[in-house]
Amino acid sequence: MEKFDVIIAGAGLAGLAAAYTLAGNDLEVLVLERGDYPGAKNVTGGRLYVNPVRDLFPGLWDKAPLERFIVHEGAVLMAKERSVAIHYSGHELRAEPHQSYSVLRAKFDRWLAEQAEAKGAMLLTRVRVDEVVKENEKIVGVLAGGDELRADVVIACDGVLSLVSEKAGLRAPGSPHDYAVGIKEVIALDPGIINDRFQLEGNEGAARLYIGEATQGLFGGGFLYTNKESISLGIVVGMQSLLETGSAPDAPALLDAFKQRPEIAPLIRGGTTEEYAAHVIPEGGFKALGRLYGDGILVAGDAAGLALNIGFTVRGMEYALASGYYAAQTVLKAKEAGNFSSENLSIYKQYLEESFVLKDFKNFQEAPAVLSNPRFFRHYPDLVGNLLADIYRVPPGPKERLYPTIRKVFSLAEMWSQFKDLREVTRI
Amino acid sequence: MSHTEALKAKLGLDVFKPGGEPHIRIRPGMEKDPRLLQTIRLCPAGLYSTAQTGDVVLTIDGCLECGTCRFVCGDEVLEWRYPEGGTGVQFRFG
Repeated sequence: MEKFDVIIAGAGLAGLAAAYTLAGNDLEVLVLERGDYPGAKNVTGGRLYVNPVRDLFPGLWDKAPLERFIVHEGAVLMAKERSVAIHYSGHELRAEPHQSYSVLRAKFDRWLAEQAEAKGAMLLTRVRVDEVVKENEKIVGVLAGGDELRADVVIACDGVLSLVSEKAGLRAPGSPHDYAVGIKEVIALDPGIINDRFQLEGNEGAARLYIGEATQGLFGGGFLYTNKESISLGIVVGMQSLLETGSAPDAPALLDAFKQRPEIAPLIRGGTTEEYAAHVIPEGGFKALGRLYGDGILVAGDAAGLALNIGFTVRGMEYALASGYYAAQTVLKAKEAGNFSSENLSIYKQYLEESFVLKDFKNFQEAPAVLSNPRFFRHYPDLVGNLLADIYRVPPGPKERLYPTIRKVFSLAEMWSQFKDLREVTRI
Repeated sequence: MSHTEALKAKLGLDVFKPGGEPHIRIRPGMEKDPRLLQTIRLCPAGLYSTAQTGDVVLTIDGCLECGTCRFVCGDEVLEWRYPEGGTGVQFRFG
């Protein structure tokens, strides 16, 4: 039976961040990945915000195979027959260091794994973790590929389902309330065409979110990110929202309908879909976080529920990278003490609480409840769309005065409802 | 092209490596469970369908390993594992 200092289940961002941080500290670190290569099983929307994690991994970012730095942000309220878009572009988005990049995980994760290996971490691919090994209620290793592998501590970085932390008794299977399903196509397109269509220069990129008809009024939204030579286009839909709306089309049809929207079709025209991917995303926020540690085990990334949707930004990858980093710091601390008990590993939570990770989760703990208001996904896109339709309309006869037009949309009852929604939004 | 054919064509773009045993199984006696019926609509790969008997059947080929069915159905309805190492979908972009 082989013994390591640390076994990491899953070569995603959390696992690789932990391995990268631990390696080079004279520890034997083993990363187990069930895919053919790191990233083979991983899916993002995706965009990575570098600012919160830049200093945790000094020197890592210059050569990272990221796609484009995002200089155009777009938010589109989509009603059935019209849409209203906000486009934002600012000097700070063009300034270095760039705040966020589009990213493709198969490329990025593979590269990050190479960096961790270069520092001395050991990576085994094509190996599934089947069980955790317990002794006196303490996790002492895993069963993987028919072998028992032991370690002082196991870090579960096995993604949103985290069967590893479930088997370790740290969580029960999740409820659809706390999760969304993301479905995406990667559509190859000539870089010059991408630049022309999105008004970009060189390696600049664009990001857009679509609310409303993108998900046919269901909780969620559509997204579009420009990569170097492709576009990532997809939707994210709240699982519970899909379950409750029996009349909604099936999930794959939602993406097809989104692609055919007049706001989208011209953007991807002439492109070739190269890959179709889907993944569940944790969206329950702070209240749905799983247990972060136990005797001989830590949980990081999606496995711990560390993804956060606050409307205009949907983030997960920075939390995965940072939690992997802090899990590694915890292991180093525990190694010093020679004690990997739950009590000794509890400093992990403290690290996360002192960092942006749990600060964000606490600050935005009301976001999942507030954003689940169905009015955001049907009523408001309709309302704003109708208002602009009236404002822009030039009828054959005389045009109505603007104030009565606006007044018609904002009835007393409507304003009262908006006031109530706004009061909720202030909780975010 | 019908909706189902279009979805199959999309899945045909992905790289899948064949494995041994199916990694998800409907537990015996649960074939008509309402959660399973709902999964038909939610599975992004459209792998669940109803047979003439009214039983829900699962075709595992084309599974994206996204986890949706496990969250909808839970452990009672589905025996759910990941495919063996080195098998199943291998995303080239992700």
